[in-house]
Amino acid sequence: MIRREIGLPRVSQPQIVRHYTRLSQMNFGVDTGTYPLGSCTMKYSPKIMEKIAAHPQVKHLHPDQPVDTVQGILEILHELAGFLEEITGMDRFSLQPAAGAQGELTGALMIREFNRSRGELKIRREMIIPDSAHGTNPASARMAGFAVVEVPSDEYGYVDVEALKSVLSHRTAGMMLTNPNTLGIFEKRIREVADMTHEVGALLYYDGANLNAIAGIARPGDMGFDLVHLNLHKTFGTPHGGGGPGSGPVGAKGEMTDYLPTPIIERVGDRYRFTNSLKHSIGRVHPYHGNIAVLLRAYVYIRLYGAEGLRRAAEIAVLNSNYMKARLVKLPGIELPFHPEIPRKHEFVASFESLRRETGVSLKEVAKRLMDRGFHPPTVYFPLIVPEAFMAEPTETESKEEIDRYCEALAQIVQEARTQPEKIREAPRETSVSRIDEARASRPSTMIPSYTWLKK
Amino acid sequence: MRAYLPNDDDDIVAEMLGEIGVDSLDALFLDVPQNIRIEGNLDLPSPVTEDEIKGVVEVKLRKNLDLTAFLGGGVWNQNVPAVVSHLLSRGEFLTSYTPYQPEISQGIIQALFEYQSMVCQLTGMDVANSSMYDWGSAAAEAVLMASRVTHRGKALIASNIGPHRRRVIETYARGAGINVTAVEADWEAGTLDLEKLKEDIDDKTSSLYVEIPSYIGSIEPSPRDIAELLHDRNALLIVGVDPLSLGILKPPGQYGADIVVGEGQPLGSSPFLGGPLLGIFATRREREILRQIPGRIMGMTKTLDRSQRAFTMILQTREQHIRRERATSNICTNETLSATAAAIYLSLLGEEGFRRLSEDLSHRAAYLSKKLRKDVGLSSPPYSGSFYRDFLVSFEGTKKAGQLVRQGIDRGVLLGTETTHAFPHYGESVLTGVSDVHTKEDLDRYVEIVKDLLGGDP
Repeated sequence: MIRREIGLPRVSQPQIVRHYTRLSQMNFGVDTGTYPLGSCTMKYSPKIMEKIAAHPQVKHLHPDQPVDTVQGILEILHELAGFLEEITGMDRFSLQPAAGAQGELTGALMIREFNRSRGELKIRREMIIPDSAHGTNPASARMAGFAVVEVPSDEYGYVDVEALKSVLSHRTAGMMLTNPNTLGIFEKRIREVADMTHEVGALLYYDGANLNAIAGIARPGDMGFDLVHLNLHKTFGTPHGGGGPGSGPVGAKGEMTDYLPTPIIERVGDRYRFTNSLKHSIGRVHPYHGNIAVLLRAYVYIRLYGAEGLRRAAEIAVLNSNYMKARLVKLPGIELPFHPEIPRKHEFVASFESLRRETGVSLKEVAKRLMDRGFHPPTVYFPLIVPEAFMAEPTETESKEEIDRYCEALAQIVQEARTQPEKIREAPRETSVSRIDEARASRPSTMIPSYTWLKK
Repeated sequence: MRAYLPNDDDDIVAEMLGEIGVDSLDALFLDVPQNIRIEGNLDLPSPVTEDEIKGVVEVKLRKNLDLTAFLGGGVWNQNVPAVVSHLLSRGEFLTSYTPYQPEISQGIIQALFEYQSMVCQLTGMDVANSSMYDWGSAAAEAVLMASRVTHRGKALIASNIGPHRRRVIETYARGAGINVTAVEADWEAGTLDLEKLKEDIDDKTSSLYVEIPSYIGSIEPSPRDIAELLHDRNALLIVGVDPLSLGILKPPGQYGADIVVGEGQPLGSSPFLGGPLLGIFATRREREILRQIPGRIMGMTKTLDRSQRAFTMILQTREQHIRRERATSNICTNETLSATAAAIYLSLLGEEGFRRLSEDLSHRAAYLSKKLRKDVGLSSPPYSGSFYRDFLVSFEGTKKAGQLVRQGIDRGVLLGTETTHAFPHYGESVLTGVSDVHTKEDLDRYVEIVKDLLGGDP
């Protein structure tokens, strides 16, 4: 069993520090500049969160330590769960899910287990998901064994209630919904949707990716949702880390709390412990208790903002989004699909389809050109129901000046599309590398997923 | 909230509302029906300042006890070089996100490519993804993937794997409609019982998941035989690893593993009560397998003008944002920063440093287990096979393991994770784990305390 050669690098510490410092300089973060990546909530993370999360009394704790030895952090986690209950209107939270998508899977498995326990698993095979939903929704539903039934959006960008009526049935296990939806539009008939879903015996799941638009203003629990996941790295400003770690706690109401993952924290007197006593728990989704260092940052965030601060953050996020939208839709070739009079929430989706038709310049190219101007592009080509979709979420931490600069850069690019389209075609030129050959990267004959592969 | 919200100013708000064409912030929320609006404010504690929050948290954290803990099993408290946290704190890494736009995300993509490459070197595999959440979900996703590749619905797992990970696998498998069966171990040896395995494999078997070293520390003596048993029936071998063992143990790729998973946390991350962790996921170069990998993968390519080397996400058509319900997994946000930590950590240790640490951990565990055997007369470990850095200590016939653990805590030492119920074959027992934070004095103190608690000489 003994091995000889591993094949790890042989480099000195100063070389390593320079190498990764250089790599960091080739990377764009919220700390670098405006990053209105729609649906991802790239807001400023207060640096104090980093200081506190690195506290030695958290850092070195092992998850197998008996609860008596970790009462301090359990108290914080229990308090945090309480905050999340209050913010969402749920009755109980599990902090286990390591990211939003794992929260969705948790929720879908809870819906599955709920139907199993009442003997309807074989009949209720369908999960209803809007056509504007995040890709994780259908993927999570599928992993929990459901067939995905897509429901279209209506001409206003809402879930088409008539279409929903026609797909709801005794086969429906649940419906997954984001509110505001990915178009940035608040589903105002949500209570009606909830009632309809409940009437056929199905459950309503809240994808919390967009809670940041309404935190402190309205609660999913009051809208009729039975289950919720939150993305702490979105709503509660924990840094995204280049793609994680995130955290996706799941909350439940009423009898659905019995289905949450275990173990789950409980308070007995002034002590905290983990219990496995939930009657119908789906089991573990995480080997331990979740992404504690992220949860602790979210705790700090909520304590810094307080109730009024959370509400104010949501209001300013919506203000910034509508402001950016108002400026951009004035540009020739950019349109606002769905009803223009409905205020958008924390994000909005514009279509660059006219620009493409008029100039031949695609949104992908516009996005690349934005990088030359020192900005991160928005989310592009999502949601799928909007052609040349430009999905922007400036967030509440962006100043009016920065948003103005962003809009001015786009105005110039739109003009360039008509006067000097080659400039856009060649973009980006100011980044550490020019436009990348992505097709080559994934083609079997030219693909290189590791140095090891290259050597063979 | 001016400090974080630059536009939270009456004049600025008024100017922006003017551009939007409404007269109040409230007008932007008119479509939120009154009957679902919160009346007043949420019931949350009053806000505190940045200066105050540190005190608020510290008062609570002081209730955690300071202990010398001998815990392993999937998370290890190890030394993390200062360079790692220094580099990870750079905002360009820390505050970026999934590199959807590769031209301004080269740093994180290249770091992940380096991570993937080093995982391949450690495991002897050809391709690794850029991370799963943790070892548990990586193992679960491997079981799901094996089922998709083989089109079979019966998964075998070794009965000496981590109990927590087993529960995660079972949760995921239930959703996917996969039947999970545990193959009984040869508990005397601490390893898989190959005869039992032969009985359990059939034409519906998609894979076997085995941990080498196992949760209880034991090392399979002939993993190649296990691989052959599975491959004879066209089933896949999934191996779970503590990556640090791979400085001395043969890489799973060399004995026929099809998928390797493991916990990357000990590669440059602190335990944080068990999260964030880092799920390692690596596999072989084969078309049908590549199409089924879950999660994000980075690749090396060129710029369109062929002038520069560049990195980007690859094989994205497997993923949820494109393939939706037909994706190989729902994973989106992963553990990129922990993977970056692992790349930095492995570079810092390098070939010699990694091997030295790997050997050193093994020596420390051997020293402690031998002392417990010789000086205290304990079954340590209570199985005949060799082990790596975690090992079981059986207290059977002396005192209750739980009681000993509690008494150890009173003396500032956490003797291990109680395993009496999870592994009843060994009676009263704990899983003890060592790491590079433990000094020789710590190891000797462990022995002295146990000796003392058990009442002197055996």
